[in-house]
Amino acid sequence: MNLLSHSVLAVGLPMAEEGGHPPVVAPDMGAGGVFDLLWLVIALPVLGAVLLLGVAPFLPGSLRATADKHGHLVGTAMSVLSFVLSLVLFFALLGRDAESRQVGQQLWTWFETGSLTVGMDLLYDPLAALFLLLITGVGSLIHVYAIGYMEHDPRRRRFFGYLNLFVAAMLTLILSANFVGLFLGWEGVGLASYLLIGFWQHKPSAAAAAKKAFVINRVGDIGLSLAIALMFATFGTTDFGAVSELAGEASQGTLNALGLLLLLGACGKSAQVPLQAWLLDAMEGPTPVSALIHAATMVTAGVYLVVRSNFIYDLTPVAQTAVVIVATVTLLWGAVLGCAKDDIKKALAGSTMSQIGYMMLAAGLGPVGYPFAIFHLLTHGFFKANMFLGAGSVMHGMNDDVDMRHYGALNKAMPVTFLTFAMGYLAIIGFPGFSGFWSKDKIIESALADNLVIGLLALLGAGITGFYMTRLMLMTFFTTKRWEPDVHPHESPKVMTVPLIVLAALSVLGGALLLGDWIVTWLEPVTGVAEHHEPPLPAIVITLIITAVVALGVAAAWFLVGRREVPREAPQDVSFATRAARADLYGDAINDAVVVRPGAGLVGGLTTFDRVGVDGVVEGGSSAVGGLSTTMRRVQNGFVRSYALSLLGGALLVVLALLAVNLG
Amino acid sequence: MTEYIVLSAILFTIGCVGVLTRRNAIVVFMCVELMLNACNLAFVAFARQHGNLDGQITAFFVMVVAAAEVVIGLAIIMTIFRTRRSASVDDASLLKY
Repeated sequence: MNLLSHSVLAVGLPMAEEGGHPPVVAPDMGAGGVFDLLWLVIALPVLGAVLLLGVAPFLPGSLRATADKHGHLVGTAMSVLSFVLSLVLFFALLGRDAESRQVGQQLWTWFETGSLTVGMDLLYDPLAALFLLLITGVGSLIHVYAIGYMEHDPRRRRFFGYLNLFVAAMLTLILSANFVGLFLGWEGVGLASYLLIGFWQHKPSAAAAAKKAFVINRVGDIGLSLAIALMFATFGTTDFGAVSELAGEASQGTLNALGLLLLLGACGKSAQVPLQAWLLDAMEGPTPVSALIHAATMVTAGVYLVVRSNFIYDLTPVAQTAVVIVATVTLLWGAVLGCAKDDIKKALAGSTMSQIGYMMLAAGLGPVGYPFAIFHLLTHGFFKANMFLGAGSVMHGMNDDVDMRHYGALNKAMPVTFLTFAMGYLAIIGFPGFSGFWSKDKIIESALADNLVIGLLALLGAGITGFYMTRLMLMTFFTTKRWEPDVHPHESPKVMTVPLIVLAALSVLGGALLLGDWIVTWLEPVTGVAEHHEPPLPAIVITLIITAVVALGVAAAWFLVGRREVPREAPQDVSFATRAARADLYGDAINDAVVVRPGAGLVGGLTTFDRVGVDGVVEGGSSAVGGLSTTMRRVQNGFVRSYALSLLGGALLVVLALLAVNLG
Repeated sequence: MTEYIVLSAILFTIGCVGVLTRRNAIVVFMCVELMLNACNLAFVAFARQHGNLDGQITAFFVMVVAAAEVVIGLAIIMTIFRTRRSASVDDASLLKY
C-alpha cells in the first residue's frame, strides 16, 4: 500500500492516539480502486446543475420545452447516482482496516501564491462517509418527493437545478481536505440556500427571508474566513492533515481564537444563538427546500465543522465551553419557539434549532460527544426530513395553508402521511426504541457526566420537545376539524408518500447505528478515543428519568391542547412568555437594537459627514472659484483703454517692486 | 544729459496719457509711436553717456518693430473703419465674447 502522506511530517499511521491527543489526519493518497471515483460524487450533481441551469435555458424552443418538462428527472438521477456511488464507497471503506480508513485524492492545485499552496484535495474518512450517505440518500428522497410537490410549478426545472447545486455544494464542503475547499462548499451552500429560500421570489416575504438568511450567514462566514486566515498565519497551511499535526505547537491564545472564530462560522450556518434569526424565516421556501436545509444540508454544516476541527477544539477548553453554552441556549431557545408557533413549518423549524443545539452540545463535550453529535445528526436527518416532507404533504392537501389552527383530525383523511409523521414524532420525542431515543439519550447522558447544570438543561429541553411535538401532532392530526370551508384534504400521490415511508422506516430503525457501539468505533479514527467519564447515575436510571420527563411534556400537551377546544384564531390574551415566543423571543428586535439601528446610525452619520464635510469642502471650493471668476469677469469689459490702464498699473507695480527690492 | 532724460519722460507721459484718454484709434496709435520714440531717445542718450553702441542698436530694433507694428496696426484700423464707419476704440468692444 502506498502511504503517501499529505504532509512531509506525517509518517505515522493515521490512527487514534491515546486519550488527550486528538488524532492526526493522514489520508492514504494512493488507495486506488473505487476510491479514484471520489470526485464523481461531487461532479454528478454539479453536472446536473450545469445541465439544468447552464445549458437548458439556451436550447432552441422545442428542446427547451422538453428540458422544462423532464428536467427534474435529470436532477433526481444525478442525486440518486451520487447516492449509489456513496454506498459503493462506503462499503469499500468498510472493507479496509480501521487504521487505514482515511483516503485522499488530489485533483489539482487550486492556487499557489508565495509559500501558500491550496490544492483541490478530497478527504474520504468515516466521518465524510456518513455525511455522504446522509446528504445523497436523504437528498435523493427529497428530490423524488419534490417531483410531486413541485409538479405544477412552471419553474420546476430550475428548482431541480438549484437542488443539485445545493447537494453539490454540501458534498464539496464535506469532502474537501482543507479549510479553503470547505469554505468553497460553505459559500456554495449559502448561495444555494439563498436561491431556494427565495425561490418564490414573487412573494416579498420570500425575497426578504432569502436576503435575511444570506446576510446573517455572511456574519458567520466572517468568523470562518478569519479562522482560515489565522490558520495561514500560524501554520502556513489549511490542510486538515498538516493543521492537525501542528495544532499542538500553537499558543493557547491562537487556539482559543481559532476555536471561537470557527464557532462563529458554525453559529451562522447552524442557526445557533445569536445568529439564529434566519432559520424560521427560511420557511418561506418550498417545503422540500426546508427539508433539505434542515435534514441533509446547511444546518448540519456547523456541527460538521466543529467535529471536523476536533484537533483544534480538543486543545482549547475555552472554545469548547463556548460551544456548550451556545448550544444549550439554542436548544432551549428553539424549543420555546416551537411551543408557541401556529405555523406548522415554523414549529418544526424551532424544533430543528433545538435539535441542532443538542448536536452542538455533544460536539462541545469533546471526543466523548463527537460520535453522538454525528449519531444524532443522522437520526435527526431521517426524522426531520420525514416530518418536513410530511408537513409538506399536509400543506399539499390543505391548499398550502400552514396554520395548524386550521388543521385538525387529518389522521383519517391522510393515513399514510399521518402514520409516517407519527414515526418521526415518536423518534424526535425519544420514544423508547425509536432512533431519536438512542441518540438524544446518549447526548443527555454525556452532558450529565460532564456538567450537571448543562445536563439538567438538556433534560428540560427534552421535556419541552415532548410538549411542542405533541402539541403539533394533536393540532394537526387529532382534535376537531377546523378546516377552511373550501378545503378537501386528500392523500398525496405515491411519488410523495414513498419517500415518506422510506424516511419513516429510517426514523424507526436509525438507532441500529448504535448497535454494539458501532458508530463510536467507526468514528474513532476521526474523533479520537474518549476517556470514559462515569455519569452521576447509572445509565439505565438516566434513561428512565429522560423518558419520564418526556412523558411529562407529552402529558402537559395532552391536557393543555388535546383535552380542550383549539380556537381557530390564535388567542390574544396570552401570557408574556407566549407573546415573546410568538415573536421569536424578540430575536429580530434584539438584532435590530444591537446591530441594525447602531449600524443605521453609523451609516447615517457617515453620509451626513460625506454630504456636509467632504461634499462641503469640494462644493464650497468650486463655488468659491466660481464666485471669484464671476467677479473677475467684469474686468474683461472689452474696452481697449481699460486694458491699457491695467497694463500701465501692472507695469508700475513691477517697477515699484523692482525699486523696493533694489533700494530696500 | 538730464535734459534728454527729462524730455524723454515728458514725451512718454504725453504718449501714455494719450493712449489712455483718446478714443480715436489713429490718435491712440500716434501716442503709442510717441512712447516708443521717447524710449528711443532715452536709449540713445544712455548709449552716448556710456560710450558704447548697445543703446543705439536697441533703438534700431525698436524702430523696426514700430515700423512693422504701424503696417499691421494701420491695416487693422483701416479694416475696422471700413466695416464700422468709425475709428473709435470704445466701439470695438465686442472681442470680449
